[in-house]
Amino acid sequence: MRGITKRFPGVVANDDVGFEAAAGEVHALLGENGAGKSTLSNILTGLYRPDEGEIHVYGERVEFHAPRDALDAGISMVHQHFRLVDRFTVAENVALGDHRREGRAFRLRSRAIERRVAELGERYGLAVDPRAHIWQLSVGEQQRVEILKALYLDARILILDEPTAVLTPQEAEVLFGTLRELAADGRTIVFISHKLHEVKAVSNRVTVLRAGRNVATVDAAEATPRSLAELMVGRGLGEGVRAAPREAGEVVLALDDVWADGDRRGAAVKGVSLQVRAGEIVAVAGVAGNGQRELAEAIAGIRPATKGSIRVAGKTPRAGDPRAAIAAGIAYVPEDRLGTGLAPSISIASNFALKSYREPPASTGPLLRLRRMRDRALELIKRYHIAAPGPQVPVRLLSGGNLQKVVLAREFSGRPKMLVAGSPTRGLDVGAIESVHAYLHEAAANGVGILLLSEDLDEILTLADRIAVIYEGQIAGETARADANVEEIGLLMAGGQDPRRD
Amino acid sequence: MNNSLAVVLIASGIGYGTPLLYASLGELLAERSGVLNLGVEGMMLIGAVTGFWTVQRFHAGTAVALAAAVGIAALAGAATSLIHAFLVITLRASQIVSGLALTIFAGAAGLSSYLGNDFNLAANPARHTFHTVFPASWQGWPLVGPIIFGHNVLVYASWGLVVTVWLYLTRTRPGLNLRAVGDAPAAADAMGINVAAYRYAHTLVGGALAGVAGATFTLAINPQWFDNITGGSGWIAIALVIFAFWRPELCLVGAYFFGALQDLAPELQARGIHLGPTVLWTNALPYLMTIVVLVLVSASSTRRWLGAPAALGTPYVREEG
Repeated sequence: MRGITKRFPGVVANDDVGFEAAAGEVHALLGENGAGKSTLSNILTGLYRPDEGEIHVYGERVEFHAPRDALDAGISMVHQHFRLVDRFTVAENVALGDHRREGRAFRLRSRAIERRVAELGERYGLAVDPRAHIWQLSVGEQQRVEILKALYLDARILILDEPTAVLTPQEAEVLFGTLRELAADGRTIVFISHKLHEVKAVSNRVTVLRAGRNVATVDAAEATPRSLAELMVGRGLGEGVRAAPREAGEVVLALDDVWADGDRRGAAVKGVSLQVRAGEIVAVAGVAGNGQRELAEAIAGIRPATKGSIRVAGKTPRAGDPRAAIAAGIAYVPEDRLGTGLAPSISIASNFALKSYREPPASTGPLLRLRRMRDRALELIKRYHIAAPGPQVPVRLLSGGNLQKVVLAREFSGRPKMLVAGSPTRGLDVGAIESVHAYLHEAAANGVGILLLSEDLDEILTLADRIAVIYEGQIAGETARADANVEEIGLLMAGGQDPRRD
Repeated sequence: MNNSLAVVLIASGIGYGTPLLYASLGELLAERSGVLNLGVEGMMLIGAVTGFWTVQRFHAGTAVALAAAVGIAALAGAATSLIHAFLVITLRASQIVSGLALTIFAGAAGLSSYLGNDFNLAANPARHTFHTVFPASWQGWPLVGPIIFGHNVLVYASWGLVVTVWLYLTRTRPGLNLRAVGDAPAAADAMGINVAAYRYAHTLVGGALAGVAGATFTLAINPQWFDNITGGSGWIAIALVIFAFWRPELCLVGAYFFGALQDLAPELQARGIHLGPTVLWTNALPYLMTIVVLVLVSASSTRRWLGAPAALGTPYVREEG
């Protein structure tokens, strides 16, 4: 693709971007969030139309008006959030929308499709039962179905958007093997990621995007993670924050056999016991959806714990009462920062006051003191380096990193004893991640206990003093950072089973 | 034997249940695509009044006039549903509000009564009506006579329709695509399926079938026109789709059950059994069950458990980024 430009109202997402990928190559698109990788791939798959620029597939100029055009040109994409129909079988998902193969006719020939899926699975080591329903499959298996879908359609070009985000390190290794094999088969793999070591491990060449522009295309073999990171960020990097070892104080959070229900029926947290001391950062590692959110919400009082006790600095706030949790000294940074963490369409100043509007100085009796709220907002905006036009701007207009700073500023200004943070850096760019990490360190240094729930092992290894692994609502293991071993944590995250076995 | 209560109730249940069957099959198709249309009652009344108008004003032989009437009723129902489709698919309005508005706009005391008054339709009974297809002697046969051979062509066509819809959903590629659109529109979109087109098409077919259901009242069951002739059947049809777990074959069972329930009290009375105040219960039962079901289905957790299309009631917007 050449000279692609795509504008959205107010933003140029891609500005004269292009890259070339050869058949048989794994080509990585590397960039921070917001660098324009997703926009570019959405153009490649026909979801968006470029304002300028050309796409050539095998030398032929093509124009995509709809996703089907791209599929017909042999381009398939594995989205970060899978595009699968839960209630369908594997075979039905694979056949969906296909108008070339066994299903070309009006009639649906399930047998033939199932046979073909089984064949493809065998050939590329992507074994899944074609008759299984999607909801019965693990995330790794679901990803295999997505790849099978592409193979079924004879995709010559396969785009994968952050494919490892949902995988354990071992599952990712398996995926890389499959990708290399597909490339050896003469297909082109476009691998989108912001994780440096993965890009280095799997790809032949790397195209780096920054702020919607091409920065460089380099050979993966010659690049180092450090050189890639500098290209991606556009400046030299600091050594990373790693604070001096802290003195752990008294226990501020003590969970004893905590159970909580999930959104669907059944318990999502099944008997978690954990302790966090003042000034200590305890990380809960795990693949998304293993009860992390429910656990965090139970501690924050948003979701009632059905069993067990949650003690905060020696007191037991009433279960399922967020105000009691706040009063006990709990601060909560939810993973869904714009939906749960903030009220999107009201101002920054009001968002800062969301937890403190009942007491002075934010209010006097029933009246809000708007001027004081605004002054305070100005102060916090300055102290936390929030890039915002002013305190009256609706928070939804802020970027991800600044949103997270608003949440952190509000939570820390309540002088908490304990902070619960769910994936606080997910979706942020490198610069914002650094500052979020710095704020967490600073808080720990000031004696706040921090419980960090994250899927990002790199982040956990840089931040945490102790690491607990959660699997299906239970703590599968716990270790100090000094003894931590990525391989072992990965295994625990996968339920103690080696995913390479099947 | 043919006079036994059971046989009579089954036969009349089939007769009275037919409009429910048409309307619920139509609603089922729309809901399978993710569009909840609460305007069934309104679309039925539009179909009822336009179908009736056609037989009164269109001078032709019985067969031609009736075919034209059903066709016009279907078109009118589809046209009415187009309003809903445009509002909820293109403009992404709330499906519940739009559907209710449609029933208020088109239903009793709305457009259908206006048309009925304006054309002075209430003055005369229908000039052509649907009659039983098979000779009277066949209808005398024990059991199968009244149950199988005692009906008009609309009933037999509806049986064909049940089979067609079932085959369509389970054995065809468009049917598979339709289910994907109703369950996971983002997945369908990524696979090159035109979500909006599928939703429009099935909402319109749903409207057409509701129109036919309305015409069944004015051309077969009760061949005349009066305001609100459908008497709330549209609502029962919506509830039926849920009772039937969005499956056409169960729609048939449910439709005939409710049809039979409607005839239960008069039939018992004719046999000298007086239910007394209980009659209120049997008459109200379909509506009570409808209310219960509609309450159940508005809670998303029960909806999932019932097996509703996952995207039912939600507009599809392509995500940015």
